[in-house]
Amino acid sequence: MKGRIHSIESFGTVDGPGVRLVVFFQGCPMRCQYCHNPDTWALEGGTDMSVEEILAQYEKNQAFYSRGGITATGGEPLLQMEFVTALFEAAARLGIHTCLDTSGILFRPDHLMELGRYDRLMSVTDLVLLDIKHTDPEAHRTLTGRPLDPVLAFARYLDSRNVPVWVRQVAVPGITTDRKQLYELGRFLGGLKNVQSLEVLPYHTMGVPKYQRLGMEYPLEGVPPMEKAEADAARRVVLEGMKAVKREAMAVRW
Amino acid sequence: MKEQWRGFRPGPWEREIQVRDFIQKNYTPYDGDDRFLAGPTGNTLRLWDQVMELNRQEQAAGGVLDMDTRVISTITSHGPGYLDRDLETIVGFQTDKPFKRSLQPYGGIRMAEKACADNGYQVDPEISEFFTTHRKTHNAGVFDAYTPEMRACRSSHIITGLPDAYGRGRIIGDYRRVALYGVDRLIEDKEEQKATTRSTMYSHIIRAREELSEQIRALKELKELGTIYGFDISRPAGDVREAIQWTYFAYLAAVKEQNGAAMSLGRTSTFLDIYAERDLAEGRYREEEIQEFVDHFIMKLRLVKFARTPEYNALFSGDPTWVTESIGGVGIDGRHLVTKMSFRYLHTLHNLGTAPEPNLTVLWSVRLPEHFKRFCAKTSIESSSVQYENDDLMRVTHGDDYAIACCVSSMRVGKEMQFFGARANLAKCLLYAINGGVDEISGRQVGPKYRPVTSEYLEFDEVMDRYRDMMEWLAGVYVNSLNIIHYMHDKYSYERLQMALHDMHVTRWFATGIAGLSVVADSLSAIRYARVRTIRDQLGIVRDYQVQGDFPKYGNDDDRVDRLAVEVVHTFMNYVKRNHCYRGGIPTTSILTITSNVVYGKATGATPDGRKAGEAFAPGANPMHHRDSHGAVASLASVAKLPFMDAQDGISNTFSIIPGALGKEDQVFLGEVDCGPELACGIPNLMEGLDRE
Repeated sequence: MKGRIHSIESFGTVDGPGVRLVVFFQGCPMRCQYCHNPDTWALEGGTDMSVEEILAQYEKNQAFYSRGGITATGGEPLLQMEFVTALFEAAARLGIHTCLDTSGILFRPDHLMELGRYDRLMSVTDLVLLDIKHTDPEAHRTLTGRPLDPVLAFARYLDSRNVPVWVRQVAVPGITTDRKQLYELGRFLGGLKNVQSLEVLPYHTMGVPKYQRLGMEYPLEGVPPMEKAEADAARRVVLEGMKAVKREAMAVRW
Repeated sequence: MKEQWRGFRPGPWEREIQVRDFIQKNYTPYDGDDRFLAGPTGNTLRLWDQVMELNRQEQAAGGVLDMDTRVISTITSHGPGYLDRDLETIVGFQTDKPFKRSLQPYGGIRMAEKACADNGYQVDPEISEFFTTHRKTHNAGVFDAYTPEMRACRSSHIITGLPDAYGRGRIIGDYRRVALYGVDRLIEDKEEQKATTRSTMYSHIIRAREELSEQIRALKELKELGTIYGFDISRPAGDVREAIQWTYFAYLAAVKEQNGAAMSLGRTSTFLDIYAERDLAEGRYREEEIQEFVDHFIMKLRLVKFARTPEYNALFSGDPTWVTESIGGVGIDGRHLVTKMSFRYLHTLHNLGTAPEPNLTVLWSVRLPEHFKRFCAKTSIESSSVQYENDDLMRVTHGDDYAIACCVSSMRVGKEMQFFGARANLAKCLLYAINGGVDEISGRQVGPKYRPVTSEYLEFDEVMDRYRDMMEWLAGVYVNSLNIIHYMHDKYSYERLQMALHDMHVTRWFATGIAGLSVVADSLSAIRYARVRTIRDQLGIVRDYQVQGDFPKYGNDDDRVDRLAVEVVHTFMNYVKRNHCYRGGIPTTSILTITSNVVYGKATGATPDGRKAGEAFAPGANPMHHRDSHGAVASLASVAKLPFMDAQDGISNTFSIIPGALGKEDQVFLGEVDCGPELACGIPNLMEGLDRE
């Protein structure tokens, strides 16, 4: 079996703990307006690679990854569910820390057979990086072209399986930065037990040249990049929401 | 036991000059964190303000504030110099005031004159006359002996940066000996060595006796230097302040005598910590005071200055002195050598602010204590001023009391020295192979008239075959040029004080160097895996290349090309080894042009990898700019394949990274919300990977 791989970064430091081999999968169903990897959207293209080839790259420089592991990202790795499962199963056998970076958009909780496939993947996944783009359903659809429900359902599913999750959201000026959205995100996360980390990433415009190269129009033309301090402030609002829920839960218990 | 040695654990070090034995018997490994450290004192800040003000004045004056034009620098040539006598706890400058550059004509009078002239000063004509007519310099000696071929190689820049007009440097005196033993004991030792030479006067015995006499003379002058500043350094240092001061006097004497290309300090921190621990235990000094001594010591090292020409500074992209200090590492008994003093040295980057000198170099091992690793990472992020070297690799050949000279050259302190060897431009050598020894820029026949490549498209086996021949020729001219240089340096500009702080029988590393490695690897790869067309001028000289198709590029962990780099290093080193090396020198090679890669690139025509004429080389063993496309680990993995045994003098990889790309500091919210379990997070440790390669 081969996977369609867009590219591999040998020194990933921001997609999971430690230094990681980051595998970018080709193909994505989302069309996020701020996406900085539009070259990974197309379902076709990329390089065909086997599990063995990827792991060979990892093992050759294993010493660098002693506190890291492998991260599957993209694109949307879950479009190639079978391949990412094979990759993580092989990695897990070798004791390699596995991390899945996903939007959760493909999750269908009512589909029993598919749930089985998720269970199988999660049994060899050490960490999920879950990108929640927006907490308002309408805004989510506008921002990404897809509905919000599957994402939240996936988050709850991970919680039920107790899979560790790092949640990320990109703070885009004027789009995700209103207090209500952020606070709601916090309230949602506060109800989960498996969230270990929260990152609110400042929107940047480093993807713009790629759009130009691909001859595509950039949807967020004119939106300024965000200062780190602003993203930090946004993050604090999310944390407030989380704390509020935790406090309420404690009060009930007492 | 001497009074100054009270409380020290005894050993052979008492009877023989053996600093390592003293350290091993007495040091206290420190596993704790950085919380014990003290900030700068008011006096330190005041002194540093004064330094910054002088810096501003120096910049405003065009880079040089003052130069000596009449007094030839010797160990005792100047009276005492101070920033502020009342505030300084560690004293001593190269001349009678800070920021005044000394006059050092022994390496070459023309260089000294030019350094002055370029900065608007003129060397006293009497001195010029004396060093032109009556006293020969190193530079004059070398040019008396050079062959026409060597001169041609030198002016066409296929051999570059030869130390034939300036001090070679790269020798580290064991400056600690002065603190531990006092100068009198060291003189006694040298007298004994002199008294026990063989009595048949072979020329090498005569030379040994003359050199020992010079060393003894230098030690006596060193004692005098102490007296000039009001210290009696004939006896051992009695506390940490004295130990630092004595050590610094020894180093100061070296930089007063030698304007070397790299004047490195050695490995002093753990040695000095032994004194600091004793003083803390005896209640003699508090942590703040000890840190103040260290801050003032480092401040002095930052103010080491030499008179140099703008060309020299252009070659090294600045005005480097390479006051390298090696910190940390692990001992052969398995205990790490990190002490509180290792922290204190690095902490100066915080207390005084960041600076390129002294070149604080951490001898990294996977077995360094965790807290120290974290402190190093933190300091690196704050200051961008820490160099790291692989102790796990070097300890195998150099033991646990070696230090780095310049940027990567390792040597056992006081037991090994190096003949600094500049470098051969292997990229240009490849062009000579293709053009039959004709220089691609001047059109002159510089190399031997071997058959050139005449085909339109380059063929790998043919090019490789000729390249080997040309490398063999180059290695010969190169090593023999160095033989002349080191012979003359020993004769006319002998490092008597630094060698007085060595054992009598030293191992001499005969260093050579390579420039342009990644250009060569990519060029050979292009020839093998793509099609490379030659573009010739009317005379048939290949001046440019056209690459058709893609080829594997060095820096992507691709064995097809990385193997070519390894082979070139190995082959060249073998050719170097075939030559006779001066004074029993053991040949080594380094791949480490950290700054001069720009200048070397300028002097090299277009290369078969598509690099344009004059374009800069990558530094050291780095991949060429923008050609490593698979991320840092792949890039480092390519470099790590180069065999250390073929390049024991060091392999450098200049690696810059924006702090954000090293990981995130705010990923975990432990404490912010009471829900997070412990996470394996923190700064991802790239060094761990390098260690194990």
